[in-house]
Amino acid sequence: MTDYNFAYLDEQTKRMIRRAILKGLAVPGYQVPFASREMPMPYGWGTGGVQVSAAILVPEDRFKVIDQGSDDTTNAVSIRKFFEATAGVATTTHTTEATVIQTRHRIPETALTEGQILVYQVPIPEPLRFLEPREAETRKMHALEEYGLMHVKLYEDIARHGHIATAYAYPVLVQGRYVMDPSPIPKFDNPRLESAAIQLFGAGREQRIYALPPHTRVVSLDFEDHPFEASKADHACGLCGAGDTYLDEVITDDRGSRLFACSDTDYCEARRAAGHAGAMAAPYAETQA
Amino acid sequence: MSTHLTGGFDNPPVQSALAFRAVMNALARPGRIETVAGAAAPAPVSPAAAVLLLTLCDAETPIFLAGAHDCAAVRDWLAFHCGTPVVTRRAEAMFALGGWEALAPIGEFSVGAPEYPDRAATLIVEVDELEGAGARLTGPGIAGEARLSLPEVAAFAANHARFPLGFDSFLTCGSRIAGLPRSTRVETD
Repeated sequence: MTDYNFAYLDEQTKRMIRRAILKGLAVPGYQVPFASREMPMPYGWGTGGVQVSAAILVPEDRFKVIDQGSDDTTNAVSIRKFFEATAGVATTTHTTEATVIQTRHRIPETALTEGQILVYQVPIPEPLRFLEPREAETRKMHALEEYGLMHVKLYEDIARHGHIATAYAYPVLVQGRYVMDPSPIPKFDNPRLESAAIQLFGAGREQRIYALPPHTRVVSLDFEDHPFEASKADHACGLCGAGDTYLDEVITDDRGSRLFACSDTDYCEARRAAGHAGAMAAPYAETQA
Repeated sequence: MSTHLTGGFDNPPVQSALAFRAVMNALARPGRIETVAGAAAPAPVSPAAAVLLLTLCDAETPIFLAGAHDCAAVRDWLAFHCGTPVVTRRAEAMFALGGWEALAPIGEFSVGAPEYPDRAATLIVEVDELEGAGARLTGPGIAGEARLSLPEVAAFAANHARFPLGFDSFLTCGSRIAGLPRSTRVETD
């Protein structure tokens, strides 16, 4: 038995977060203020996502945590261990086996299904914040559906670079009403925001929760003559050979050699286990020895 | 003997977590009917409504009790288990509990403000029957369309028309529950 309440937070706090989640689901894309708690980890490490996960986990869940697609980074490992210890939930690294997935800045490559919940860690939930620093103003802009400034920003991208240079945290319009920051996922992931899974977004420092119910219409902002494009590095994965996944660029020496590899480690491992091999892969059996 | 001391969760952290998962699924997928268990409040409160109260209500959530639900037994049970203040003006309520007719005039409940649409009431509507048939639902959470038996269509259609403002509803019947957020478009056919 653990010395903590189930899933760490006290019941009063969980009720408050649960009410915020429900209002978030009722008004998709709208940022619901909530009384974010201090968590035993620093801001920027996913305190918002952790609080949302704590409020929704049940003992039967199988929990997965990814950080930029990887299950093995410090952030992912520590959050996974946190809920192993405080909620006693089973954990996994396999996307298909997980019922709740907490993520920092990626959507898994494997399409999520109806029984799954995706929890995002969000640093700055307000998509208009870098254009208008005053909260009172951005709140009014959302109320009045006054999103011209965002289109000006994308237009300035085109004027300066010839194309929309925003590559991550690419703004989306939810169900034709609210402009939403999808958290700093690469824009490659934007099309997968329309999902069969429930998606919940938690920003701990900024004290906001928002949500996308399944099958919510999510459109990446663009222009008729500059349509949205889900771009990625123009390579195949060096390890598993996949040509349709989001890639990390890894510098391998000081002479300019580099490896492009799937950012979603579980997806890449599953492909290698199934016999796929990229140009720079060691035989899979050898890597498991 | 008074029953207001009984009917709570035996294991609140786990039971409220399980209940919330069902409640969240119901609201995120309008038209889906979930089953909940573990709570029993005095009549006429249904088991599903009792679970909702235990899972979502506390001292921070003023509640409006409508019609037969506004009785001493229910007030005592709420006070003991949730500590929820009971208000008599609809406009002050974050939650409301009762039959559909008793909840009227529905227009007095808070629908939130343009800058804070989350500050809207949540209605727990006790219904005699709850089935996946009747009014047509479309919108977020629904692939294609869903069907749900509603006590009235016009009021929910009008509620959706002023999205993002509007109240959100749960329909409860026995131990079964369905969610109807303001984002759902409701039509007769």
